Amino acid sequence: MSIDTGVPAETPARASTPEESRQWTARMRHAAESAFPPDQLLPDRQPAYMASWIYVFGVLTVVSLAWVIITGCILAIMGPSWWHVSSTGHFVNSLHLWSVEAFFFFMVIHLWGKFFMAAWRGNRRLTWATGVISFLVSVGAAFTGYLSQQNFDSQWISTQAKDGINSTGAGSVFNVLNFGQMLMWHIVLLPIGVAIIAGLHVLLVRRHGIVPPFAVGDGDAAAETPATTTTTAPAGEPA
Amino acid sequence: MFLPALLGALINLNGSGRYIHWGFIQISVANFVVIILMIVVFVLAILLPFPKRKRDGQ
Repeated sequence: MSIDTGVPAETPARASTPEESRQWTARMRHAAESAFPPDQLLPDRQPAYMASWIYVFGVLTVVSLAWVIITGCILAIMGPSWWHVSSTGHFVNSLHLWSVEAFFFFMVIHLWGKFFMAAWRGNRRLTWATGVISFLVSVGAAFTGYLSQQNFDSQWISTQAKDGINSTGAGSVFNVLNFGQMLMWHIVLLPIGVAIIAGLHVLLVRRHGIVPPFAVGDGDAAAETPATTTTTAPAGEPA
Repeated sequence: MFLPALLGALINLNGSGRYIHWGFIQISVANFVVIILMIVVFVLAILLPFPKRKRDGQ
């Protein structure tokens, strides 16, 4: 880091000196600015072909995930004696369940839409891959959530699952009959995984833009056109 | 009396689950309904026109 010499700070837009450009903070800043220019990160215009209902399921999935996390945090704050006994606790517990149902409902439709659009076209392979991984980690998060219900349903699911998981050898490190371990996976490890991968997925969508339909350009090269160069409609205002 | 009926589940969920058996395929009615709903929503999302906002001069 540079030493403060007492000289008044210059404008942030000034060019970096060679010494500064070697610092890891400067390199990270330049890499972030290069990868995610502000106008791409928070665009105010989108391509005209985005004016279709099939493009809304990604954001619906993100909104559902936000509800899952918010209700999960409330459940964690109040504890099992609250969500098992009180009416409000039952209500928030149900909100947590139904937001998960909505999350998977919208995510699967989003997946179908992107599959039939071949959304990996135009150098969007990593966007597709992070979506797939996010889906798989979400399945794990939902599964451990079912195991954490503390009712007959969770007992049934865990005793049915143990044979399948033990047959893979994973049971030695992932014991579905160990409630404490499953709860920790559900409220710590897997939510962190889903949040990080889904966040990366959204950033990649911003970086490469939404995939154009086949009618715009059939080839892979045609799909590489960045979204910012084909914008015709303000964001949130379909053309 | 009216509020619990309004806020309660449309279907009595306290009984045992109902399943569809078709050869080696077995699926609960609830899961089957959700899958059908997803297909319906997917088709509607493709077919229904997206609403357009009218602008000045257009």
